[in-house]
Amino acid sequence: MRRYLLNRLWQSAVTLVLATIVVFAGVRALPGDPALALAGEDRDPESLRAIRQQYGLDQSWLVQFWQFVSHAARGDLGQSIRTGTPVRSMILSALPVTIELSVLAILIASVIGVGAGVIAAVRRGRPAEWAANALALLGLSVPHFWLGLMAILYLSVALGLFPASGFVPFFSNPVANLHHLILPALILGTGLSAVIMRQTRSSMLDALSADYIRTAEAKGLPPKAVVGKHALRNSLIVVVTIVGLQLGALISGAVVTERIFALPGFGKLTVDAVFQRDYPVIQAVVLVTATSYIVINLLVDLLYSVIDPRIRVRGEA
Amino acid sequence: MKPVLAVKDLSVTFRTEDGPLSAVDRVSFDVGDGEVLAVVGESGCGKSVTAMSIAGLLPRTATVDGSVELDGTELIGADKRTLRSIRGREVAYIFQEPMTSLNPVFTVGHQIIEVLRTHIGLNRQAAHARAIELLKLVGIPSAERRVGDYPHQLSGGMRQRVMIAMAVACDPKVLIADEPTTALDVTIQAGILDVLRGLRERLGTSIVLITHDLGVVADLADRVAVMYAGRVVETADVHDLFAHPEHPYTVGLLRASPAAGRHADAQRLNEIPGLVPVLTEQPDACTFADRCPRALDTCTSSQPQLTDRPHRVACWNPVREPVEV
Repeated sequence: MRRYLLNRLWQSAVTLVLATIVVFAGVRALPGDPALALAGEDRDPESLRAIRQQYGLDQSWLVQFWQFVSHAARGDLGQSIRTGTPVRSMILSALPVTIELSVLAILIASVIGVGAGVIAAVRRGRPAEWAANALALLGLSVPHFWLGLMAILYLSVALGLFPASGFVPFFSNPVANLHHLILPALILGTGLSAVIMRQTRSSMLDALSADYIRTAEAKGLPPKAVVGKHALRNSLIVVVTIVGLQLGALISGAVVTERIFALPGFGKLTVDAVFQRDYPVIQAVVLVTATSYIVINLLVDLLYSVIDPRIRVRGEA
Repeated sequence: MKPVLAVKDLSVTFRTEDGPLSAVDRVSFDVGDGEVLAVVGESGCGKSVTAMSIAGLLPRTATVDGSVELDGTELIGADKRTLRSIRGREVAYIFQEPMTSLNPVFTVGHQIIEVLRTHIGLNRQAAHARAIELLKLVGIPSAERRVGDYPHQLSGGMRQRVMIAMAVACDPKVLIADEPTTALDVTIQAGILDVLRGLRERLGTSIVLITHDLGVVADLADRVAVMYAGRVVETADVHDLFAHPEHPYTVGLLRASPAAGRHADAQRLNEIPGLVPVLTEQPDACTFADRCPRALDTCTSSQPQLTDRPHRVACWNPVREPVEV
């Protein structure tokens, strides 16, 4: 197990280095010269040179890369070109909002998705499965932004059940924090639950037709144990994979929902940075996104080995 | 003596997309206390379906008629709760594929403990101790260590021993072994058969042995029921059956079976021409008539019934003369 863990950590580190190179090169490959963008109207060669010198743009790419990496490693991601605020503090204020929203959404999605998926598999060919399938189709087809707008219109504006927008930090008021986040999390979660439901259903159907399920039934175990333990545990690999992928996607891509509910999250930060050509922020945002994918993948892989003992052994072999 | 398991006129039909499929037709047999009954036949003759229907393990597409009495309790049509309390407790199963029949994500100990806790209500510690005892009983070396192993850490033979340990955990009255040695190497097979023989002697378990391997039958069985196309065509004491097979199908089966020395000078094994028919309904005729070298006109117009003697055969023209197999 320890060997497997070390192996995976090493792989993650390599991936992170590669991601850093891609981020660095990607930003430099963007059309336009940051110095020109910064100089604005004042484009005399002297001030351009000064800007290049100030931001190290006159150095070779190798030196620039080293600067970028060594600063990033110390947590220094530069300053926003537009506001002069340290990028680090911008990210630190936006990321918790998005992480909380994503985790809430994925929890809601998993509970609904796994539950409906198991029911659909066990009640195959009966009304419960048709209902679950129909709901999943609906969840997949209805766009988030429309659902979000409808929710604001009816639940927030007409009924006043939830705040329509805004955010309160968890540590200043946990109840108000949840109150603000529950609606966007539900909107995001229901959409994702459809995907999780479909995957759970198909992997449960596979598991339920396996020989070891016949053994479990022949042992006289109650249906609860046959389905909820023997079959579900074997289906979880697929479910964990899909949940992990979606969590990664949520952290980088809850953009639309964050905009509709005016949440000061990571998605909003990304979009604003792109619109304002704020290169240091773009660079940092992409790097943080890549890192969160790597971390989630690592967690998912570690979860695999908890769920399925065969993976532990393979890692050691 | 009253049989432990009495199967009477058991019929199974499957609903399929191509219409009904008759898998088992009015099968009857008894299994006495501590007796080993072998059910033999080709693939698709209905022997596994018969085995699965005993404890109600067939899928929902199956319709089962007839009667299965276990120590006086009727199992056909019994409610789910009753069937669950009998499975694993009174009737236990061993399946053909030890590779896939154990759940890969739980330790073998856990899978044995689960049965003990479900049926006998042992606490965790007692069940763990009992699981180790059971692993020792089926001949697994260093059972204390093996109890924490996952199925993939064990060889095929060891896994089948675990399956047996799990099956006999609650000291069932009847053990149904569905091709228990088919997926194993010959050298491993002998060990598994030894374990089964030992259980019968030590625990007095009755065994229904489903197999197509006549070597296994000769090794372990007291009595044999030969099945063909969903029907029992001959049933007799094992020695009697091997010495004086009466049904032409049994004769063919024995001739087709390889045995060391017996076929040493022959170029190839004898085969029975043709295939087992797939039946949508059971005809009023002998279903073996098409492949039978001794078929008469009666055979295709009327179904032969099992004769009422210790050596029972369902044939209009049984083999009475001594045969060489």
